[in-house]
Order: sequence, then structure tokens, then C-alpha cells
Amino acid sequence: MYVAVKGGERAIENAHAWLAEARRGDPAVPELSVDQIREQLTLAVNRVMAEGSLFDPDLAALAIKQARGDLIEAIFLIRAYRTTLPRFGASLPVDTTRMEIARRVSATFKDLPGGQVLGPTFDYTHRLLDFALAAEGEAPPAAPQAEAQPDAVPHVMGLLDKDGLIEPAPMGTGDPADLTRAPLELPADRALRLQALTRGDEGFLLSLAYSTQRGYGRTHAFVGELRIGRVAVEFDLAELGFAVEIGAIEVTECETVNQFKGSASEPAQFTRGYGLVFGQSERKALAVSLVDRSLRWKDLGEDFVGAPAQDEEFVLAHADNVQATGFLEHIKLPHYVDFQAELELIRRLRSEAMQGRAAE
Amino acid sequence: MTKDVYNFAYLDEDTKRMIRRAILKAVAIPGYQVPFASREMPMPYGWGTGGVQVTAACLVPEDRLKVIDQGADDTTNAVSIRRFFQRTSGVATTERTTEATVIQTRHRIPEEPLSEEQILVFQVPIPEPLRFLEPRETETRRMHELEDYGLMHVKLYEDIARHGTIATSYAYPVKVEGRYVMDPSPIPKFDNPKLSGNPALLLFGAGREQRIYAVPPYSDVVSLDFEDHPFVASKTDHACAICGATGSYLDEVITDDLGGRVFVCSDTDYCRGRTEQEIGAVEAAE
Repeated sequence: MYVAVKGGERAIENAHAWLAEARRGDPAVPELSVDQIREQLTLAVNRVMAEGSLFDPDLAALAIKQARGDLIEAIFLIRAYRTTLPRFGASLPVDTTRMEIARRVSATFKDLPGGQVLGPTFDYTHRLLDFALAAEGEAPPAAPQAEAQPDAVPHVMGLLDKDGLIEPAPMGTGDPADLTRAPLELPADRALRLQALTRGDEGFLLSLAYSTQRGYGRTHAFVGELRIGRVAVEFDLAELGFAVEIGAIEVTECETVNQFKGSASEPAQFTRGYGLVFGQSERKALAVSLVDRSLRWKDLGEDFVGAPAQDEEFVLAHADNVQATGFLEHIKLPHYVDFQAELELIRRLRSEAMQGRAAE
Repeated sequence: MTKDVYNFAYLDEDTKRMIRRAILKAVAIPGYQVPFASREMPMPYGWGTGGVQVTAACLVPEDRLKVIDQGADDTTNAVSIRRFFQRTSGVATTERTTEATVIQTRHRIPEEPLSEEQILVFQVPIPEPLRFLEPRETETRRMHELEDYGLMHVKLYEDIARHGTIATSYAYPVKVEGRYVMDPSPIPKFDNPKLSGNPALLLFGAGREQRIYAVPPYSDVVSLDFEDHPFVASKTDHACAICGATGSYLDEVITDDLGGRVFVCSDTDYCRGRTEQEIGAVEAAE
């Protein structure tokens, strides 16, 4: 007689063994080192750090290796590790004016204090496959270097602010909540929203931001400024009574200048969107700032037109890819019991219907 | 992952304290969904992260843990979660319902009656019973606050109008202690009567949705229905092909591609217990 499926334990062991083999691939091909991933797949490492909410390039590279290049799986590994770490407190807000700039562009002004710095960007490359990379080559020749500029670089928004052309930056309210330590409660304030967007899925936010450009809640964004570089992280030590620098992180900051508002009593002003993401993550920072602006409709007295990117609850509830992929994929797990209940119900409904028809 | 690197039962003590506070609140307000700061766990959302966190917060070294999925100890996810706690807490495990102090379950309540010494932890995918009637959390929380459950009754009524019966076979909504409408997690409605007056503490954890709720021991739990369409805890009308039980919930197993099928107990421990008893009785008689 057939006995209900047994042997889950051995099946798991065998599956894990096969997975380990598949991860390694052909053993005749040299193994990838974590250093290689960190140095040569930097943008993947950045994404895993950003959405994993943990700035650690080595661990992110390890996670990518372990996840066989599946970035959401790697993000998940980092989150599961991060959640076990103690939280000591919040750093001082990073001062991006004092950023050690690698890239800084403004789409609103041709030239401005601090200048336009293209930096390492794909923007003006021709997307032609470089077959030379397929052959193992020498390191490329060193890029020309300019003198470092030690001066702080002022924000474009500050320049607009001085003239009263843009709404004043809304002040935060004390210590921001920590999404990883307190349940998300709605409505969320802007700081918490930005936190959720920063660790949200890049693809989801890209599409949401894109939808606002195509008329689903238009916000007419100009990139006031996009800057990428290293910033110092300072932590206030109660014992010392002052803040000390505990390290530096690379971030991408995007500030958008958006369609203005005004009324009979208040003259027109531009409005702001903001995005800050770990590492060089331009697409993500841009998307966050567009979605941020779109979600601010209530503060700015705009109409809710039913656009998905205006809907805080919709956006925040679905932006997290670790949550989304988990729930999506869990339908692979057995559902015998519930399905049996449905089978029993549908058979009964059908048989009742048939009997009814026969009786007629 | 070793015991040296991670705390007992994986979560750090601060997190456990936070979860225990949520559990206490849940017990104090039966059926009410308490928000809690759910952590990322090393298994995916949808695999039982809420249940795992509740179990981790409940476990003490003296506990004896049983983990089931679809009623069975041997399903892959049950094996995986049991192993996780073996590795991170070192507590004893068992497959016997009666021997366990903590039971984590997905989709079933064991057939064997539970006792006051036991905690049953449910894995919950969507804790909000009103979610598929109203997608907004802000709105459903308001509905619970105002005890505004009209929409649910309309839904059940529409079922009857369309199908002649309430067409919900699992995750069948209940009302706890006459106040909160609660999702009992996707257990078949066959299991619903076991929720009421149960001597064990029933805890529900939803990780992705960040909610914990509870049915304290001996609580009154009523499956929603109408006077002229009373709730019926139904199951398929067969006996178990292994132990012959007629009163236990059955899984359907397809045996060939010619329409052959048998029905077996979904609760593997219950089935084994009955089979062993029968063998014992036969041996005693011989």
C-alpha cells in the first residue's frame, strides 16, 4: 500500500549537498574569491548593502557568493545576520556637504560652486559589448587624476533656498524611528518612509518612480543634484560629551526640485524630493527621491489622484523584497490540508448541485 | 551557525523580552492583533518566521518541542524548523503530541487533546481576517476598534446566496470571547471547534505582517455563522487507510494515474499512535 510521503529529513540533506555543488559550478574553473566580488562586482555589493541595511562590503560580497549571485537572496542573508547585531544608538546625521566627492552632477544648473564631476559613470558609455574583457587582460591604465578639492561643496538646494525659491526643508522630529526595531505603524512620518524606501526593492521603486513620470501622480522632477562619495560617520559618546568620527561610508544622495505650488496668499515655490542610499546606487537614489516627493502630496496640499506612488500604505507594504519574495515563494510549501478542505467543499457543492439538477 | 555565536534559541534576550511583552498583551486582549517588531529570521517570510519568533520567545531549556506542518512531523519545513531549534537552543524534541510542552504548527491543530501544560504556536500568513474584504490596514484596525464586522457578515451571506453555503473551508473566521473577529490561521475549518475551551495556550505569530495574537486557555471561540446556516466542521467522508480513524482530518493521496486514491491521517503522530495501540491490542489478544 502507498504510504504518505516520508523522508523529508534526507531529502533536505541531499538538496543542500546538491545546492553546494551547483553553487561551486565546474571545479575545473577557479573559484571566485570574496575579494574579487567586492572589488569587481561593486555595484551588486552596493545594492546588497543598501537593501540589506548593513554597510559591510566584505559581508555583502560573501552573501553574493553564497547566494550564487541571486541578489535578493544575498540581501536576505545580510538581513538575517544584521538582525542579530546589537544596536548601540543613532549616529549624528551625516553631513553630505563635507562629502569626499567622487561624482556630483546637477541637471538644473550648467555650472555651480563645486562644479560638475562626472566620476565613474556608465552615462556616456556606448553599450557595446567589450570583447576584450572576455580575455583575461591587464589592469586598465590609470585614469588621469585632478587635485583633490578639500573645500566643502554646497548643495544646490541651499542655493535655491537662499532665494526662497524652494520650500524650506521640513525639520525632522527628534530621533527617527528604527524600522528594524519597531513595527511599521501607519501613517508613517517622512523620516520613517525614507528609511523604508532606502531598504526597499530597487526594481519596485524604479517602476513606481517611472509611473509618476508617465502621469500616475505627476511630480515633474528635476535632478537638482546627485552626489556620490564618502562621508564621515560621527557618534555622540555620552562618556566623552562630544561626537567622534567612527568611520566613513560611501553614499549616494539625490535631491530633486519638483513642480511648485502656490496660492493667493503664498507665492509659488519649488518642492523637494530626497533619496539617500548606501554605496554608488544612482538609480535607486533617484527612484527614492521621486517616490518620496510623490508620497508627500498630503503635506503639500495636493489632490490624491489614486496613483499607486501616492499611496503610502501600498508603497510601504510592498517595497520590501525580502518580505515580498518570502510570501510569494511560500506557496511552494505544502498546502495539502487547505487544498483538501477546498477539494472536499467543491465536491460537496458539485454533488449538491447535481442532485438539485436531477431532482428538477 | 553554532550555539557559541548565537544566543539560546537564536534571538537575543532584548528581542525575546519585546516579543514576550507582545504575547502578554495578546493574552490580555484575546483575539486582538498586537503589533510587534518582527525580526528577520534565517528562514524566509512565509516559512513561519512569526511562529519561530514566538516559539523562540517561549522556549526554556527544559522544554520539549514538537514541530508539525500539515499535521506531520516529517514534512520538510517541519524538519527544518525543528532542526533550527535543535541547533540554536539544544532543547529536546519529540514527535509525540502528549509529550511536547511547546508545539509549533502550520495549518493544523493536533487530533490529540492538549493540556494546560502545553503551548501551541501557529504560523500565520495573513493575520487580518478582514484583509480580503478591505486591503487597508488603517481601515481594518478602525473596523476592529469599532467592532464593525458588518462587512464580514455580508461576505458570508453573499456566499450563501451564491453557493447555498458558506464557501470558506479553511482560515474560517472566528469571534473570540465575544469581541474580536480573528483569523485562526489557515487551519481547515474541521479544526475550528478545537480552538474553543482549549486548556492549552494558543499563540499566533505573523512575522512579515508583524502581528502576534492569542487565544488564552479555556477561551470561548465561536466560528461565525447564521442561525439558519450553522457552522459545520466538515472533512472528507472516508476513514484513514492506515489506522482506520473516521474522526481525524485526512490527506488525500493519489496512488496512480487511473483515479486511484487513498485517504490517510494528516496528523502522523495520531495515526502512528492508533496503529501501535492496535498492534499492541492484537498482540495482547494472541
